[in-house]
Amino acid sequence: MRYSGLRLLTQALTGNRGWTPAWRDPQPKRAYDVVIIGGGGHGLATAYYLAKEHGITNVAVLEKGPIGLGNTGRNTTIVRSNYLLPENHNFYEWSLKLWEGLEQDLNYNAMVSQRGVLNLFHSDGARNAAARRGNAMRLDGIDAELLDKEQVRAYCPLIDVDNGRFPVMGGLLQQRGGTARHDAVAWGFARAADARGVDIIQHCEVTGIDVEGGRVTGVQTTRGPIRAGRIGLAVAGNTSRLAQMAGLDVPMESHVLQAFVSESVKPLVDQVITFGAGHFYISQSDKGGLVFGGGLDGWNTYAQRGNLPVVEHVWAAGIAMMPSLSRLRGLRQWGGVMDMTFDGSPIIARTPVAGLYMTAGWCYGGFKATPGSGWCHAWTIAKDEPHRLNAAHTLERFRDGRLLDERGNGPFPWLQ
Amino acid sequence: MIRIDCPYCGPRDEVEFAYRGDATVRRPSADAPADAFYDYVYTRRNPRGWHVEWWHHAAGCRQFLKVVRHTMTHEVRQVAPATTVVDVPSE
Repeated sequence: MRYSGLRLLTQALTGNRGWTPAWRDPQPKRAYDVVIIGGGGHGLATAYYLAKEHGITNVAVLEKGPIGLGNTGRNTTIVRSNYLLPENHNFYEWSLKLWEGLEQDLNYNAMVSQRGVLNLFHSDGARNAAARRGNAMRLDGIDAELLDKEQVRAYCPLIDVDNGRFPVMGGLLQQRGGTARHDAVAWGFARAADARGVDIIQHCEVTGIDVEGGRVTGVQTTRGPIRAGRIGLAVAGNTSRLAQMAGLDVPMESHVLQAFVSESVKPLVDQVITFGAGHFYISQSDKGGLVFGGGLDGWNTYAQRGNLPVVEHVWAAGIAMMPSLSRLRGLRQWGGVMDMTFDGSPIIARTPVAGLYMTAGWCYGGFKATPGSGWCHAWTIAKDEPHRLNAAHTLERFRDGRLLDERGNGPFPWLQ
Repeated sequence: MIRIDCPYCGPRDEVEFAYRGDATVRRPSADAPADAFYDYVYTRRNPRGWHVEWWHHAAGCRQFLKVVRHTMTHEVRQVAPATTVVDVPSE
């Protein structure tokens, strides 16, 4: 069923009796050409692009719960491509371009809103770093603008640019960045993949990966064994555990990142603003809640809940940046478990086990990467070699010393 | 919130400590092959379960401690001085 304004109108006038389920609920078959483990945005996007770009439609997406309830439902919905390293900003720029055409492509309203992403800076050193990053982006044709203090004041009047402790010197603005509706992204990819023949199998947990002679042959699941020639992992936060089922140790740790939403208020912040003197970033949802987050809790965990010291830091940083938030009440808080790599950049690659691929190690960058990750992962699975956009995002780069250390923090996952 | 019972200072909140990661990895000898150093720096078991890890009591006695903590429940089972040999619990 194609969605359109006319369809909405006719359904509204006929009692909404004609809607059909957005995707089927199939029983798993005994064998597929490709099995994708993980029914979040990345897994569903991988399946969609496998079908659309490469004509591979005998594909199953296995999800242990309902789709989109992992990190796809636990982020702050920001999309942007303002990275320093060419390997990263070219990849994220391709993802951003996919976002720009996503709704027409999927025939689904993902509520992509290019409202602008502004990174504030508060010191000469941070200004130089922002200028360098902006210039690196512009060299590759990506939009970036350096704002001075008065331009920041005009762009978002609620920012306390004259803050006594952290006065704002300016900011790096990417106008094409913004936000999207996280659930709609999962649902849109699921519906579009299903329409091309992909089986989306929910409540099907993978309990083992079968490897014979160095090549994958299938998976063991709570709904029986499924044979597959190729397997893609898209299991943010649990990549270590799944890779170990195939006898593989990966350079990652699992950490929790918290996010928050406030009570709903009238339009207040119509951009995405990030604080430069502490971990804090904020935007406003269409429901009116302010959506914001901070940094990692900072120690290995698989628990999808945050802890109080970071709650305090995030709120304090937010109030330092926007004092008007101080009387706002928090509504909800949640945590998502992420694969943190040792250089802060993702892995979209083949693995040493033939037929096993992964899109993993997304650190903070998972949501904005959703379409690009699926697109590159699908390419890598279909052709058994990476696309040039993810050629540097290998598992072996740590062994080879070809790190993509965006921040230069050293090999410490909890500092990335 | 984690409370760590420092053997030198008594029970203290996690905010006094700096996390320093997996304490089960061992630095190889200087003449070990590159793969051994790769594993030391980058390969982690990353368990969903009991984890032995370094915590530095940075805002206290400044000692490094070995902490046995569960990565799902966050329960701290054991806190020991850095030189103590600590086994990773199976359950």
